[in-house]
Amino acid sequence: MMASSYNAKEDGHVTVPGGGTIQNKKPDNTAFKQQRLPAWQPILTAGTVLPAFFVIGLIFIPIGIGLYVTSNNIKEFEIDYTGTDMSSPCFNCSQSFSWNSTRPCTCALPFSLEQPFESNVFMYYGLSNFYQNHRRYVKSRDDSQLNGDTTSLMNPSKECEPYARNEKMPIAPCGAIANSMFNDTLDLYYIDPNGTRIQIPLMKKGIAWWTDKHVKFRNPGGNPNLTSAFQGTTKPINWRKPVYELDTDAENNGFINEDFIVWMRTAALPTFRKLYRIIQKKNNMTPTLPRGNYTLEVTYNYPVRSFEGRKRVILSTISWMGGKNPFLGIAYITVGSVCFFLGVVLLIIHHKYGSRNNTADIPN
Amino acid sequence: MGSLLSQLGLECGGKAVKEEERHLRANDRELNLSYKYADNAIKTSKYNIFTFLPLNLFEQFQRLANAYFLFLLCLQSIPEVSSLPWYTTVVPLVLVLSMTMAKDGSDDMNRHRCDKQVNNRQVEVLVEGELQSEKWMDVQVGDIVKLENNQFVTADLLLLSSSEPLNLVYIETAELDGCVSVCCMHAFPEPFCPCVGEVRCEPPNNRLDKFTGTLTLKGETYSLDNERILLRGCTLRNTQWCFGLVVFGGPDTKLMQNCGRTTFKRTSIDRLMNVLVLSIFGFLMIMCLILAIGNGIWEYQEGSKFAAFLPKGVNAPFSAFLTFWSYVIILNTVVPISLYVSVEIIRLGNSFYINWDRKMYYPKNDTPAEARTTTLNEELGQIKYIFSDKTGTLTQNIMTFNKCSINGKSYGELLDFSGQRVEMNEKTEKVDFSWNNLADPKFCFHDNSLVEVVREGNPEVQAFFRLLALCHTVMPEEKKEGELYYQAQSPDEGALVTAARNFGFVFRSRTPESITVVEMGELVTYELLAVLDFNNVRKRMSVIVRSPEGKLTLYCKGADTIIFERLNPSCSNLTEVTTLHLNEFAGEGLRTLALAYKDIDPEYMEDWKLRHHVANTAMDEREEKLDALYEEIEKGLLLLGSTAVEDKLQDGVPQTIEQLSKADIKIWVLTGDKQETAENIGYSCNMLREEMNEVFIVSANTAEEVRKELQTARRKMTPDGTEEPTVKKSRSGLFCLQKTETVADEPVNGEYAMVINGHSLAFALEKDMEIELLRTACMCQTVICCRVTPLQKAQVVELVKKYKQAVTLAIGDGANDVSMIKAAHIGVGISGQEGMQAVLSSDYSFAQFRYLQRLLLVHGRWSYLRMCKFLRYFFYKNFTFTFVHFWYGFFCGFSAQTVFDEWFITLFNLVYTALPVLSLSLFDQDVNDWWSFQYPQLYTPGQLNQYFSKRAFVYTVLHSGYSSLVLFFIPWAAMYDTVRDDGKEIVDYQSFALLAQTCLLIAVSIQLGLDTHYWTAMNQFFLWGSLSVYFAVIFTMYSNGMFLTLTSSFPFIGTARNSLNQPNVWLTMLLTSVLCVLPVVAYRFLRILLWPTINDKVRYKVRQDKVLPPTPRRVQARRTSTRRSGYAFSHAQGYGDLVTSGKFLRRTPKSRPALFSQTDSPLAQTQPQFYRTISEREEPPLSP
Repeated sequence: MMASSYNAKEDGHVTVPGGGTIQNKKPDNTAFKQQRLPAWQPILTAGTVLPAFFVIGLIFIPIGIGLYVTSNNIKEFEIDYTGTDMSSPCFNCSQSFSWNSTRPCTCALPFSLEQPFESNVFMYYGLSNFYQNHRRYVKSRDDSQLNGDTTSLMNPSKECEPYARNEKMPIAPCGAIANSMFNDTLDLYYIDPNGTRIQIPLMKKGIAWWTDKHVKFRNPGGNPNLTSAFQGTTKPINWRKPVYELDTDAENNGFINEDFIVWMRTAALPTFRKLYRIIQKKNNMTPTLPRGNYTLEVTYNYPVRSFEGRKRVILSTISWMGGKNPFLGIAYITVGSVCFFLGVVLLIIHHKYGSRNNTADIPN
Repeated sequence: MGSLLSQLGLECGGKAVKEEERHLRANDRELNLSYKYADNAIKTSKYNIFTFLPLNLFEQFQRLANAYFLFLLCLQSIPEVSSLPWYTTVVPLVLVLSMTMAKDGSDDMNRHRCDKQVNNRQVEVLVEGELQSEKWMDVQVGDIVKLENNQFVTADLLLLSSSEPLNLVYIETAELDGCVSVCCMHAFPEPFCPCVGEVRCEPPNNRLDKFTGTLTLKGETYSLDNERILLRGCTLRNTQWCFGLVVFGGPDTKLMQNCGRTTFKRTSIDRLMNVLVLSIFGFLMIMCLILAIGNGIWEYQEGSKFAAFLPKGVNAPFSAFLTFWSYVIILNTVVPISLYVSVEIIRLGNSFYINWDRKMYYPKNDTPAEARTTTLNEELGQIKYIFSDKTGTLTQNIMTFNKCSINGKSYGELLDFSGQRVEMNEKTEKVDFSWNNLADPKFCFHDNSLVEVVREGNPEVQAFFRLLALCHTVMPEEKKEGELYYQAQSPDEGALVTAARNFGFVFRSRTPESITVVEMGELVTYELLAVLDFNNVRKRMSVIVRSPEGKLTLYCKGADTIIFERLNPSCSNLTEVTTLHLNEFAGEGLRTLALAYKDIDPEYMEDWKLRHHVANTAMDEREEKLDALYEEIEKGLLLLGSTAVEDKLQDGVPQTIEQLSKADIKIWVLTGDKQETAENIGYSCNMLREEMNEVFIVSANTAEEVRKELQTARRKMTPDGTEEPTVKKSRSGLFCLQKTETVADEPVNGEYAMVINGHSLAFALEKDMEIELLRTACMCQTVICCRVTPLQKAQVVELVKKYKQAVTLAIGDGANDVSMIKAAHIGVGISGQEGMQAVLSSDYSFAQFRYLQRLLLVHGRWSYLRMCKFLRYFFYKNFTFTFVHFWYGFFCGFSAQTVFDEWFITLFNLVYTALPVLSLSLFDQDVNDWWSFQYPQLYTPGQLNQYFSKRAFVYTVLHSGYSSLVLFFIPWAAMYDTVRDDGKEIVDYQSFALLAQTCLLIAVSIQLGLDTHYWTAMNQFFLWGSLSVYFAVIFTMYSNGMFLTLTSSFPFIGTARNSLNQPNVWLTMLLTSVLCVLPVVAYRFLRILLWPTINDKVRYKVRQDKVLPPTPRRVQARRTSTRRSGYAFSHAQGYGDLVTSGKFLRRTPKSRPALFSQTDSPLAQTQPQFYRTISEREEPPLSP
């Protein structure tokens, strides 16, 4: 300390070479240095807090009611086809499981809709108790490979282990996520009142995010022939067919197959639903799904029994706030009411004791 | 080359072989080099270009936090464990390391520059009989160098000769202690050339006041001591040239040897933080353990069945083990590295505010306040005890001759026409002394009548001033004709002699046998026959002089009581009047002396002188015999009058003390002064008051008496108090290793004060009585310890520190305060006249005592407030952040999956929330400085640790627990099974992460807004700026371009676009924000409404009175007191001898500071330390 200070210290008056003025050590008189910055100093007074509570209450309750009503207007139908029950049509399929079985097991679940679904209907599959958010699972993918990088195609990232290579051949797409892709096939039939089964057309495009479909996922190479593009790779262990045979449509095949893309967008929670198909409204006259009986035909491939998972199919219409979710509406109503109630309580307390602060003298 | 050598010398020579004795020969470089002594190059820098990186990194990783993050980094490199990519730790760590490195680097650059500048200074070296100019760093041990006036002393030199008579040199030791003092040196018979003397001396050490060695010259041996050594760091003054032999060079010099690091002070918040951080680590481990156990169970129950989907299932216990470490990585944000950096930045910022404060700048000597330590700011807001020095701290150490009473008439008062007293101030007209060309222009006096009387030739008045001019031990110095300087041992004497000088009795010069005085323009030489010296018992001093006419007179001045006892009965009338005057003077806090004289019969004198000589040379009982002789002659005196000297208080001292005591800060004055002086000052600066119930005076001579007095005092204060002190024993510190005992405060009715003297204090500080002392002292409003030694000062501070667990501050200006400044939690140095020693060892320094109130009540309070707010908020923010991960663990199979995007985790503390919280903790103020002064009570929460304590911390943890529940479960519930408005997915991991992190950021930003009391433009800018930066960053990071360039690092492509256009996402954010904030607002509002703190009240009042009322002028009422001020003559004994002995000298510094030799027994040093004392050592005989 001493040593470093003693030499540099002259007598404080520094002569500026040009001007020759004497500089003194008086600090600058700026608002910043003197801590006099102009400032707004809010304090919590009854005049600000109480109105805030009431206003929040008054805003939240209508929003909540709006949300609740909207959510209630959404029609949703859910059917569990896991087949754990003996009575379930899918019981047999669920019992005999093998990833590699060549013979598809199908089961048909009849159900009826009490109310017609007017607008576009979205068909989801839901899985429960499926930890798509497990760390080891989530990171087991190679985004470069999925983005069509040819190097990564042949040399999948280490993250994909142990699903990176199968018998020395690189797996495309590699990783546990891809490997465990949902592969049930779901078909929907309308049972005409006179008994005929009419298959309902399901749209399989337009179910993935635009960015995923067009930016994040790309087929390797500019080669339109996917078979050759994926030359030298092998299919994931659990898959029945290679990735370039997912669909016949070239726009929906390979890595840009939308079912695949949807699956690859891992869920945040162990119970989730994923968009499977869209049932487009035909015209304004007839509802998309009229009242009546339906059959859901399931090609049962996907095993969930081992980990007590459930498989569901959900048919739902949507609104401006998305799918059916009463929680937000109820929460808004509750918070709004609590706010209002608190406002009232605080108002009473303020009336009773509020004078304390104002009149109380500050002891000196 | 030189620096390399010295480096080797420093690092190898210094340690490898311990130097036993230094041996050197003047002017014989070859021989001297063979000893490999360090040369004169110094190196204070730590690094060079090559060593900087490794050394600095090594140092930095010695800090626990950095090492911890390095450990995390290692953990992250294990793929099985790594739950976060490497950059989440590397980016903050690199940032922190590089910031610290930049700071260290620039510091070191400065040191390099300084070293270079110093090493390249030129000095003339005697080489082969000729003077050559050489650089400092090339000077070797054994060289003879020539210094010229105003040059720095090159190295530790053995003085050989100088240009001044008697081979004196004057040096300014400002770099060492700030005193301009003079060294006396001894010349050797043949000063130099051919100088082939050999020196043997002690090895290098750091004792500034000690040097032993011998010089052998031509077969003769001379002993060398400290008096002949010029130390590096001094400057030569008023001496044309001198020659010196280099004894110690560069790193061996005493200055450099003294540069050891001072003890590192930590604030109580620091200590609390350490404890908290440690308990947080414990908490972290518990959380990780819970999650790891959860993982084990999950893996056992579910994961094994899930194996078809999961890659590489491991067995449950091992998985749990890995998960534990994974969670250690994820949850490390509870103690983020940025906490330490931010704390440092905040402290630095607040230190700058202190340096920048114009209201703590003293224009008279151009000194701004200085925060010399940047790590203690918040402790300034928690001070409970202040230990203050008196001289130079409370007082200016300037004595002014203020009033006098001569022959029953009082002078010095200014009356207006109606006979009313006129308040004196700067503008009051001063007496014109231009008739006296020897007058001191700085002297000022307002009463013209005294001058008139003197000039009229009133014999009493003339005798009065003649006495003042003769009866003293002042040394005159007349550098130029007519320019007199007095060097007085005590400032009182200086003031009196100066007064006499201005009133026409100019003390001009003295020899051992005579005193020359210019009396009203006439040169008169008095023969000095005897000096009857002052001591503590006699409390008076006399001189016996023979005037040119042959008249013998004894002049005596001393304490009024003592003088009055020895007066001629004829003076009784005069005594009464003078007593009245004395009372008046004392009531104004002036120091008084009574003056008397007596004509002596020449024959009696002859006889007395003979006996005096006999007594003086007696071998035994010399003191007693002399005392009896003095007693005999100092009888039957004739009273002349009395003087009143004002010990000028510094500006604003009483007001400051009043303010500080309103803030519930206890002020103890520890002074080396006499009891009366100290009491006097106590009254004049409002610490002792007339209306106090009682002022206890503890001055006893045995331990038992002291104990009794202390107990009596305590019983008086609390008649029904307990006998045994209530001692709370507790453990504190890391791992509760420190045992602490806290003596509880005891309630007292009324106001009491205690004055204790050093002698009693010595007993009271003994182990078995210290608690007694502490209890009694702490019950008093004011404690004054007088005649204390520097060691005792430190002991008192340590005592309070030990048993009160309160934050202490010591303020002082002199070298004798250094010990207490170092002992206290915070040391403040007054950068005044006394020198730099106190400042150098202090943590804060400024020029005036009154700035203390601004330092504490404004800067300290704000710093404390800001630091507490910062810590509370920071812990809140990070706990909330971390707890969300904890909750998510239950939904992701305890797999250590993060909720947030990895980039968000990296940038959260560093970018998104860093600046807003910094602006909160740099700009926030509850009320402005004006109101802080208006209500000093605002200071008390700090003393009670109210803003940040373990309790507050627990509240913070609970609060963040609530917030994290809201921030996780509301999005969870809102998003559960939800889809976008086009039916597509939104509950995917990435969207959920985005939602959760946005909610979190908004919620903590709002919380910050709630905590901010002072919204400057900067706060707004940083808050909104950070939020905008966040959105800008996520849109950038989640953009196509980023993904396509670095595919694996930015997998979140499109998430922002796809989910932030959803109304329900925004509605969820709104809901979480409101839910996070609502309870806080309600709670705080209720607190303010029902249990308002002083803070809330003042803030409310500020809101009410927008316009500041005019500052009430505090008029200090004149004290009309019947209290008699004591004889206050801060004098040390034994000076008279020197004056008459013929070996009198110029002043020598008795002790250079840091160097007062402290004996361990406090009893051994009851004599106070004075700064300007004449050395009482036996001086080496000079040949005039």
